[in-house]
Amino acid sequence: MIPELGLFSLILALPVALCTGILALWGAQRGQPAWIALARSGTVALALLVGVSYLCLTWSFLQNDFSVLYVARQSSSSLPLIYRVAGVWGGHEGSLLLWLVMLTGWAALARFYSRALPDALRARVLGVLCLVAAGFLLFILFTSNPFLRLIPGAAEGRELNPMLQDPGLVIHPPLLYMGYVGFSVAYAFAVAALLSGQLDAAWARWSRPWTLAAWAFLTLGIAVGSWWAYYELGWGGWWFWDPVENASFMPWLAGTALIHSLAVTEKRGSFKNWTVLLAVSTFSLSLLGTFLVRSGVLTSVHAFANDPARGIFILAFLVAVIGASLLLFVWRAPKVGLGGRFALVSRESLLLVNNLLLAVATGAVLLGTLYPLIVDALGIGKISVGPPYFNAVFVPIMAPLLFLVGIGPFARWKAASLGEILRVNKWTLGLAALAALTLPLVYGGWRPLAALGVFLAAWIFLAATLHFVRQARATQGGGGLLASVLKQSLHFWGMHLAHVGLAVFVAGVSIVGAYEAEKSVKMAPGDTVGIHAYRFRFLGVQSVEGPNYQALRGEMELSENGRAPRRLFPEKRFYHHSAMPMTEAAIDAGLWRDAYVALGEPLDRERPDGEWVVRVYVKPLVDWIWGGAFLMALGGLLALLDRRYRSRRAATQENTP
Amino acid sequence: MKTRHQRLLLIAAALAALALIVALVFSALKENVAFFYSPADIKANKAPKNKLFRVGGQVEVGSLKRQEDGVTVRFIVTDGIECVPVQYKDVLPDLFSEGKGVVAQGRLNDDGVFVAQEVLAKHDENYMPPEAAQALQNAHAEGIGRSRNRCRIPGA
Repeated sequence: MIPELGLFSLILALPVALCTGILALWGAQRGQPAWIALARSGTVALALLVGVSYLCLTWSFLQNDFSVLYVARQSSSSLPLIYRVAGVWGGHEGSLLLWLVMLTGWAALARFYSRALPDALRARVLGVLCLVAAGFLLFILFTSNPFLRLIPGAAEGRELNPMLQDPGLVIHPPLLYMGYVGFSVAYAFAVAALLSGQLDAAWARWSRPWTLAAWAFLTLGIAVGSWWAYYELGWGGWWFWDPVENASFMPWLAGTALIHSLAVTEKRGSFKNWTVLLAVSTFSLSLLGTFLVRSGVLTSVHAFANDPARGIFILAFLVAVIGASLLLFVWRAPKVGLGGRFALVSRESLLLVNNLLLAVATGAVLLGTLYPLIVDALGIGKISVGPPYFNAVFVPIMAPLLFLVGIGPFARWKAASLGEILRVNKWTLGLAALAALTLPLVYGGWRPLAALGVFLAAWIFLAATLHFVRQARATQGGGGLLASVLKQSLHFWGMHLAHVGLAVFVAGVSIVGAYEAEKSVKMAPGDTVGIHAYRFRFLGVQSVEGPNYQALRGEMELSENGRAPRRLFPEKRFYHHSAMPMTEAAIDAGLWRDAYVALGEPLDRERPDGEWVVRVYVKPLVDWIWGGAFLMALGGLLALLDRRYRSRRAATQENTP
Repeated sequence: MKTRHQRLLLIAAALAALALIVALVFSALKENVAFFYSPADIKANKAPKNKLFRVGGQVEVGSLKRQEDGVTVRFIVTDGIECVPVQYKDVLPDLFSEGKGVVAQGRLNDDGVFVAQEVLAKHDENYMPPEAAQALQNAHAEGIGRSRNRCRIPGA
């Protein structure tokens, strides 16, 4: 009964979404107050219907209702409760429903936090969101119904893929989807602006917090996914340039460009067309990511099922969304104007370079991701594009961008002097160079790539600090430096925190890339293997019982000079419902390094208490990668809480310089 | 006049930089693409020497042998007709098992042994990489009526 209620609610949501979308846009165009007002209640009704449907599916998971096909496939009665809740989005149908919940949730938020907007613009934004939701509703109802019944019902479910039974499943998909889908609001703002022809500083100020929120969630989502892959897959890598990862990285790159170009549009009225195009592209890349991941053209843990109808539907939807928005762009964009002029060296021109480099980086990732698919589709052959390509392309594109991150905040709008900026920064540049020359030596050898990374990281950090302090001094109004530091706007804090996060991230990536060490060795109980100053002593393997699996648990003693030894427990798990073993790595995490142990295989499968192949790693600064990403996201969230985004309709006062 | 010159300069510099980056991207792509070959392709000498490529098929049942050092393994990848010996010095992924599909990336050495740098067998237990499935299918279509070649690991 409950599953039918969920399906009914989902079916009802489709006409609500369609009617609200069409009437709101039509009403805004014709100036019909009644239809414009309908957008607000329609959006809320849509969110409620989709929410009810989602709760019904969760209920079926909690009740172990194996007469629902999706539940029978994804769950089992021995599955721990938390994974039954998260298992809802562990498969194709449920993850799409989560997508839709997020989308209608964002639309509802946009309805409640858009009181300052003119009524027509607000109706257009909500209308566009409802139409996107209608597209996804069609997709779910016609190709991916999660409420399909299994007749007769199964006595027991097949259980969730063991690889997904991890806390990572609980947080990674919701965060990632919040980001992916959040860009739909920026997209809706862009389309609404094109429809109305009203694309001014106020428009940019309204869409900035939404874009920042989506960007911050996407940053967190990608970081959590990367961390999950790091500890779960047992390979010790944090990024594989897997097409699925690229699918989330492309909207991130485009979204990063978007938040910077929105700044120019708000402050100076320039880059308007470019900003709109970026907003459209960012959401299109989110949709493309969904297509790549869900259509089965890629094969990975994320491609749950290969059903050609689904691929074709998403592709058609993608073409419709991108095609319609680009047509609208070509038709309406000339009306929105060019904006203020700026000199060769100015904050505008630096942000233009930022945008160009990010756009090129996005294009390079897109090329590397789609090229194998194109080659395969043309029947030329089967190829793969791996990390060497992406690494070769990314370093030269990102190095100048990272250097400019330090310069940017010092540059004035309209016209700036490069000489003056460099003069102000002579000490920060010198210190960064000194760090690049000396710090890599601490890790046992100077390497050019590591030195470049250290230089850029130190430079961004020092320049951001210097800029912050100078700004605080300049706004001193009694009460000393500390008081004026605290008086800086949240937006200003957010920007520098995000940049410092980037510096932390770059430091982590360069040091772990150059100086990580790994060994795969055969070990009998009592054997010791050493990396640098670390000693790993293997104490043997024991059998332990988990809730729905049996595990072989290894015991490893980690000792390093002058510190008390610690125990690590890497596992090899055998889930009752699955034939495949799962490696659970054991990590001794630290601010300066991670020590990482994973069990390979016993040399003799009949004697797990004997010799094993074991993999050990020492990874310096690896946690800085996720720490840096966390700071970036925190910076984004701080910036969007700034007072000026909460201004009422009349207030257009600037409160940051 | 001056601002116009500046704009031209900016545009020219941006275009030059863009061209440079595009050239870089395409050369990187050309350098770093790994082609896929089936065991039959390798037997027919279609696979390159000393260049990274991928091979895929099924792991021959009973062919997995661990070498003296305990870490290096050798096994045979077959498409049902032809076969290639593969050597890999690292921990095999969880989903690697005899009789299942596998894709390996590496180089062919002078003895005809494929020295893998990476062995891919992810996903779930019933999954067959599409390249491997394709190789098996092609070999099956071509090899109807032909007898199956014996697979041997050189030096084992």
